[in-house]
Amino acid sequence: MIGSPDVVAFTREDEYSQTNPDLWVLPEEFSIPLHPLADSNPWAKTSYAKFTKDFILISEFSEQVGPQPLLTIPDDPKVCGTFDLNYFSLRIMSVDYQASFVGHPPGSGYPRLSFVEDSRVVLGDSKEGAFAYVHHLTLYDLEARGFVRPFCMAYVSADERKIMLQFQELSLRFSQASECLKAGNRRAFAKELQRKLRDLEYTHSVLQREEGLQREAGPQCMYSAHAVEKANELANVEKSIYEHRDLLKQISSYHRHPRRDPHAVTCQKCVTECLRECEALLEKYAKLPVNPFTHTDKVRKGEEGQGQTEDEGGDAEVEEEEDDGIKRRPSYTPQLIKAKSAKCFDKRLKTLQELCDETFYEATMELLKETERSFRGDLCYLHTRRLDRALRRKLRVTDFLFEEELNDDDEDAGTLRPFCAVNHTADNYTLINPPPIVLGPEPVELDALEPPDPLDPALETSHTQESELGLRESHLDSSPSDQTLETQESSEETKGSFSSDKSGMGLAEKQQSVACMKSEPPDPDSDLTPDHNSDLERESSSEEMETTAGEDDNGGDQTPVSLLEVISELEASREDECEGFTEEVQSDLLVPLDTACCMAQEGFLYEASAPESVPRLGSGSHPQPSQNQVVNQEPQALLPIQDDYAMGSPCSESPAAGLELAVGLLSDAVSRASVEDGSDCTMSASTGSDRAASPVGYGGVVTLRQRKKAGQGALRFVRQYPFAMQALWCLLSGRTLVVLGADEGRVRRLVAALALFVPAPGKCGERIQAWLSCPFTLTDLQRWKLIGLQRVASPVGSSMIYSLSRYSRYIAILDADQKTLRCPLYHGEVLSNIADHRTYIRRGSTYFLHLQSTLCRLAAKAFLFTFTHHLHLPVSSTEGPEVVEGRRRCFLQEQLGLGEEDSQILLYLSQLITQHYLHPSTRSSAAAPCFSFNYTTSVLYKI
Amino acid sequence: MFRWILGSREAQSSVEKNSVLCIGEDQPKNWFTELQVLKGHFDIVRFLVQIDDFRCASAGDDGLVLVWNIETGERLQELRGHSQQITAITTFNCNSGLSLHISLITASSDRSLSLWDPDTGNRVQTISDLQSSVKCLLVLEQLCLWVSGGEELCVWNKDFQLQCHRQNHSDTGITALIKLPKNCIAAAMDKEIVIYRVTVSTDSSVSVAEIRCLSDHQDRIRALISVNDGLFVSGSHAGELILWDSVDWNILAYEHILWEESSAQSEIRLGAPKTSEMSIQHLSTNGKLILAAVGSGLYVYSVLTKTVMAYRKVAHDSNVLHTVLLSDSELMSCSEDGCVRMWEIQDLPLPAEPASSGFFGMWTFGRSNKQTGPASKKVMDVPNVRTLKLTGDLIGHSGAIQMFVSLKENGLITCSTDHLVILWKNGERQSHLRSLALFQKLEENGGL
Repeated sequence: MIGSPDVVAFTREDEYSQTNPDLWVLPEEFSIPLHPLADSNPWAKTSYAKFTKDFILISEFSEQVGPQPLLTIPDDPKVCGTFDLNYFSLRIMSVDYQASFVGHPPGSGYPRLSFVEDSRVVLGDSKEGAFAYVHHLTLYDLEARGFVRPFCMAYVSADERKIMLQFQELSLRFSQASECLKAGNRRAFAKELQRKLRDLEYTHSVLQREEGLQREAGPQCMYSAHAVEKANELANVEKSIYEHRDLLKQISSYHRHPRRDPHAVTCQKCVTECLRECEALLEKYAKLPVNPFTHTDKVRKGEEGQGQTEDEGGDAEVEEEEDDGIKRRPSYTPQLIKAKSAKCFDKRLKTLQELCDETFYEATMELLKETERSFRGDLCYLHTRRLDRALRRKLRVTDFLFEEELNDDDEDAGTLRPFCAVNHTADNYTLINPPPIVLGPEPVELDALEPPDPLDPALETSHTQESELGLRESHLDSSPSDQTLETQESSEETKGSFSSDKSGMGLAEKQQSVACMKSEPPDPDSDLTPDHNSDLERESSSEEMETTAGEDDNGGDQTPVSLLEVISELEASREDECEGFTEEVQSDLLVPLDTACCMAQEGFLYEASAPESVPRLGSGSHPQPSQNQVVNQEPQALLPIQDDYAMGSPCSESPAAGLELAVGLLSDAVSRASVEDGSDCTMSASTGSDRAASPVGYGGVVTLRQRKKAGQGALRFVRQYPFAMQALWCLLSGRTLVVLGADEGRVRRLVAALALFVPAPGKCGERIQAWLSCPFTLTDLQRWKLIGLQRVASPVGSSMIYSLSRYSRYIAILDADQKTLRCPLYHGEVLSNIADHRTYIRRGSTYFLHLQSTLCRLAAKAFLFTFTHHLHLPVSSTEGPEVVEGRRRCFLQEQLGLGEEDSQILLYLSQLITQHYLHPSTRSSAAAPCFSFNYTTSVLYKI
Repeated sequence: MFRWILGSREAQSSVEKNSVLCIGEDQPKNWFTELQVLKGHFDIVRFLVQIDDFRCASAGDDGLVLVWNIETGERLQELRGHSQQITAITTFNCNSGLSLHISLITASSDRSLSLWDPDTGNRVQTISDLQSSVKCLLVLEQLCLWVSGGEELCVWNKDFQLQCHRQNHSDTGITALIKLPKNCIAAAMDKEIVIYRVTVSTDSSVSVAEIRCLSDHQDRIRALISVNDGLFVSGSHAGELILWDSVDWNILAYEHILWEESSAQSEIRLGAPKTSEMSIQHLSTNGKLILAAVGSGLYVYSVLTKTVMAYRKVAHDSNVLHTVLLSDSELMSCSEDGCVRMWEIQDLPLPAEPASSGFFGMWTFGRSNKQTGPASKKVMDVPNVRTLKLTGDLIGHSGAIQMFVSLKENGLITCSTDHLVILWKNGERQSHLRSLALFQKLEENGGL
């Protein structure tokens, strides 16, 4: 709001929002355009592009068909228009700089998995008018060539500058998505490996037996061709087992592998979990014999079982199950692996969804959708919004007056979030039955030691281990020229993309912008600042990174001390998170593990958390290291704490999704706070907890979107009612406005529109009562500043009329049916700006921004007025109250140029600010709230 | 008034019937521009007692006594103990000790008396199983005694020990007690006023003797107050106002406030006045003037001239329950109609000047130009009579306002049948105080 200029022509963000059918506004084609050339939008740069909106494209370099587009976000064919996705996929996949080394490196016997860092490239196609940030990533697939599947995600925009200037954020966002995908992929890969290993072992044991039988049957010294073949096969299988075991080792060592990609911020929970599960697997398979001389009991048992199988006619599974009595039914029957599993081109490759764990895939898609959403609008808009947000974090004193809560704002904030996107938080279950990571059913079958008791407390402890590896961005010192280099390369290779000069310029510009960002006083919120300066140096191609690998092992070390300090606080919640998550994973994977209750709860939780997690994904899943957000997040987040473990009700379940997150946020904020700005942040943290302690009426937070929608209503109100100004004045000067009407819909609409003007409406609009159908009392007036009142013609109605007339001195009455307003006279100037019924503003969102800027100005004046000492208190002891009074009047009238009535607005706002400052959480104090008013005559305005 | 809202004539006609003046919404002299609703009671709140400069206690039918901070509106203490409604409450301030400590004495329908410490909320003393419930309390500070009146008159010392008591011969019991000079007490019992004398003998035993019985009232005595050292006044249900000499208990003046005599018009309109309409509900004084609440009207009686110097026959929509004289010219009244009104005793306007609200009459909702004609006309007939001008009203309660206490510059506290206590304050002063607090906090915090 601060940054919103009075005329904002570039508010294009509501193109995808559902437009509510507006009965009063002419359809677009009938209205006279403001400018003669409607389509000559000076801000529109997409005019020559073949697509209308920025979008995200995910494509794959398929080993069978080559580059192919997989999906776009938003998934709307309209978006891409005539844009050739296939061609563009080819383009973006052709600039893959990932050094994907696959195969057997010399000197090692086994195929090696390549740990490929993502690469980030900006490329352009001026002919198509498309520019793209391209993020390449590699996923593992056991069946794929070299075990890798190259993918890329691209943010396609028509505005090159937008891509360039948003590079850091794009990179961050896509890194998160990529990490998320990769985390899921590793999981899936490990699972697949495990399965494969089981198959191999089974095959091995079968072959062994066959061989043994043969050996027994045949003469000792004679080797039939068949026997040789069997022996070869056995050897092959053994080799394969070794290979796969090694692969498993490799994949589990993934996390120890130093990350050179500074953006590769992984979720600690994922890391720990994955590590743990891989370790468990490794341990298990290390024990498993490949060769018969090192049989363990376990396997012997298995063999016995299989021996029995031979005897009994071949049902190993049943036997095995009997052996491991406690075990449940295994989900997976090992299969014999044919010696030749040829890779043929007609084999079906796994889809992206299969490659990554379903949950992770969903989370990534959410993340990308969120990214797409947050980058809507053009550069100027994004920039303004960011400035706005950065500023607003400093305006805590007046922020509560007219601003929506920042957290939903942050939903579309594209900033660094060091935590994982795989919603440990978004699908965060309060289930407290944490088995250790069980990737597949094998442990269930093979070791009887671990009954899949989800409530085994001993196992919980293993979850508490925390490795803070890469929790925060480590500041790497790779060469600063990397990025230019990279872009240069890309520009060389792609036709029509920007030249190196251009990219250099872009960089320069960016640096400039960084500089100006930096020139701001060190603000606690500026996620921008650290990103920008570090990111410049951060981008590097993977080759270069390879060379600088030595420097990179500081990822863990650089975890700030402050952060480590809060870890202990975090642990409890983390534990829950982990547990919840593992539970979820387990039930995902252990299909036959039909703990009925568990599954039921699972299903329930999915349902419960799904609707909530979608809109709040941004805020929920990507904790932002700004303490401001903490404050705002708090109320939702900590609410469930108050009703401890409200498992039963789904509505209380969903806010719980934000629970752990908020703790994380808080601690993160605190950690930041200690780094950057102690006082401010601690203050925010404390206010956060204060607010959280106050049980707000959980009416749902008023979101920016809602407010923008209300902007349309407000605009309509202003255009429709000539006395709108008076009504707005009433609201702004603290006089309760009663909207009286018989039609609920109309009253509610009016209330929603007018709610924009209620100062300090409360987090969930507590000061607004949209629809009341009983007579109100004085306390209601004190509580609500805007009331929608039902007009009823009955005894109830007469008592309502009585209360209306009785308290008429405290209220203004807007009659929605008769279109009258009864309120004191207002002649002021201030509001004529926002309540001009001949306004040229036609769009609700534009009006909303206009309104916001006006209100912001008022708030700023009120702030000045409130905190100017000599306007309230005598300067010297000789001064009487009259002098102060005179000075105040002089200030209001002459310096601020406010009339009598306008001054009332300011006085009211000032009063609110004072109260807010004195009692940040009014509810906690025992004293009843004050209700101020004045005695002035009301007049009746008619249309 | 709100005809435009309902589209019916109903509201309008009710206004027309109503001849009570209405000041409208423009009240420049009304400085109560801020209020705080103090919630806590769950039945009718009947009594308010100011404990000291910053505390006030409220008591009501729920048997609760709540102690409020009148500066912040915080509830400081909740005195629980009585099982039934509280019938009388008074502060007890016996400076026998070194420190002056204020306690509260309450009497309840559960036939118990309690002494409370408002600082801690403790029930210091309690006496239950009285023969009858106490209806009024009187503290005799010099003697360090206090008197309870009900069906019997009991004298207690500060340790809640019964010193002596006197059985009553009247059925109704004592309804009011006042202190008179020379350790005398006047007790109102039905139509009589009985004068008792309390004597403390040398062995500190206390005795009460009935000295005189004044039975000049024709009807039940509703109000009994002492005006100054030499005067006390009583008002009866039939509208008799009698001034008594405090020392020799003679009648100094007898005023019978009857409407028929003063206003022919009202007689026509209202028919024969019911006694309830001339009953003296409440009396208050500042030593020079006596303010009598008669039915729904107000009469200001001058002690010096022994005449009614100003009056307003219909000051409220219904019975006036409590009044107070703030100064020689300002007074306040509250009524069953749920509003507090502030009045000013003014010299008569020139006869030519109409008593309408003038220009704003067309804007306000019709009520203000229906100023009571009779009152202003009346004034012209009787010389020396000044008028009571309404300067403001406080609307907030939704039930009858039982009582109010003026807290000087701190404002006003009212209690009502709607279970609420409302603290009315001067908005400007509060705003100033808040500013002070703000800059103080700012200083403590070292800036924003």
